[in-house]
Amino acid sequence: MIRDITLGQYYPAKSTIHQLDPRVKLVTTVVFIISLFIAKGILGYAIATVFLAMVIRMSKVPFGYMTKGLKAILMILMLTVIFNLFLIDGDIVLWRFGFLRITDKGLRTAVFMAIRLIYLILGSSIMTLTTTPNDLTDGLEKLLGPLKKLHVPVHEIAMMMSIALRFIPILLEETDKIMKAQIARGADFETGNLIQKAKAMVPLLVPLFISAFRRANDLAMAMEARCYHGGDGRTKMKPLHYEHRDRVAYVVVWGYFLVMAVSAWAVSFYGIMML
Amino acid sequence: MSIKVENVNYTYAEGTAYEIHALKDINLEIPDGQFIGLIGHTGSGKSTLVQHLNGLVKATSGKIYFNGKNIYGEKYSMKELRSQVGLVFQYPEHQLFEINVLSDVCFGPRNLGCSQEEAEKKAREALRMVGMGEEYEKRSPFELSGGQKRRVAIAGVLAMDPQVLILDEPTAGLDPKGRDEILDQIELLQKERGITVVLVSHSMEDVARYVDRIIVMNHGEVRFDGAPGEVFRHYRELEEIGLAAPQMTYLMQGLKDRGADIDTDVTTIEEAADAVMHWLKSE
Repeated sequence: MIRDITLGQYYPAKSTIHQLDPRVKLVTTVVFIISLFIAKGILGYAIATVFLAMVIRMSKVPFGYMTKGLKAILMILMLTVIFNLFLIDGDIVLWRFGFLRITDKGLRTAVFMAIRLIYLILGSSIMTLTTTPNDLTDGLEKLLGPLKKLHVPVHEIAMMMSIALRFIPILLEETDKIMKAQIARGADFETGNLIQKAKAMVPLLVPLFISAFRRANDLAMAMEARCYHGGDGRTKMKPLHYEHRDRVAYVVVWGYFLVMAVSAWAVSFYGIMML
Repeated sequence: MSIKVENVNYTYAEGTAYEIHALKDINLEIPDGQFIGLIGHTGSGKSTLVQHLNGLVKATSGKIYFNGKNIYGEKYSMKELRSQVGLVFQYPEHQLFEINVLSDVCFGPRNLGCSQEEAEKKAREALRMVGMGEEYEKRSPFELSGGQKRRVAIAGVLAMDPQVLILDEPTAGLDPKGRDEILDQIELLQKERGITVVLVSHSMEDVARYVDRIIVMNHGEVRFDGAPGEVFRHYRELEEIGLAAPQMTYLMQGLKDRGADIDTDVTTIEEAADAVMHWLKSE
């Protein structure tokens, strides 16, 4: 049940995407997200779809596994669609019932918004699914490196991120374990009204908090025992460096972005394929 | 009153890269009142198996009968099953949450629908059985020592009056004294109440003294199933799967290899001493 949450989880496989430098994947994800916001009309989303499909295909992560992460945003997705669908004013009214009505503009915005949200989640989950948390934070640290000159504690931020990411599966597992232990003692997490359900969470949350603090303490102790004192003068066992494939990937990504930008400009300039 | 496991298979995360075939075609019968040691290396599937026995994990295929009833049957009440088959998890002290020891132990019986007085009565009885006196009742479970916390957690399951008590590595992380105390108390309990006890462990040494029957698991399969002496005869195979027989087995086998006519089916130091005396007298 609880293992279904895929956000932030690594999926081991041997693929080109897995082997890419984490910096490439971080930049790609950001570029992809921006491209989704500048996308205009069917053409823009078609290009994004092709790009996304290509990357998913190359990543060798089963599509079904990836879409499991979408369940988490189902509520947000539905709310967005409903609000956009019913509340946006347009020229042509397609359907009307009392004060509710659907217009052409509303329908278009709702559909595009849904696609945009889904692609956002898929795009970022490809990054986390194909990159180990350690690689990810290494990449982030290196990318944000220049900010050190502005006294931004880049290393500390990266370290906190990697610990947080590392703890997601641990805490999920712990939750699963404590839940089972309390179910074995007759606890019931499923039935009852909202208040009863909230009360039923106490036997789960108290041990979970205690265990999170205990783990944090242990980890801090273990890090100090190994003389960890922050990022100053710290070297890496495997420093990141770009390979040929990373350069190719950069070209592809920026090429994609250029195509998106041009298509968005063309759509707004000529109004072609505006639907 | 018995548990019957028929052709049970279990696969974790089916269809993903994390797929693990944790249990392979398990067949077992656990009669009433037996004291069983379930032994296996880390990852051998022993914890997964015991979670099947009270319905926390559902088998991918196969059937489990408790007292002759199929627990996967449509109308079967899992709550009922869980009140009869008590499962104490590994590091059970991590599940404590109440403000004091007594109310934590009351959690189980209260969930089963007992009144507050009844639950407290059962909780006191359970605490007494694990050797925690009344002076602990009003203390916070978090200020107790590790061994005491564990006993309180075990009492939390005992208070539900289970007919089958399963303990998953109840002695992990305890010092030898704490370990012996807990195991002695479990033995006493088993005799006093006549309940079935399944003790999960990776150490033969720990369980050999107490149990009537040993089930050895490896890679999700049952490798050996029999009385301790019988199982220890396979000490070479046991070593191959990363387990070891108790030291006494090695001593006896060593003596026998050197030509002594001696009974090798011993498990405890006392039995070994008797066997050696017997052999010396007959010489």
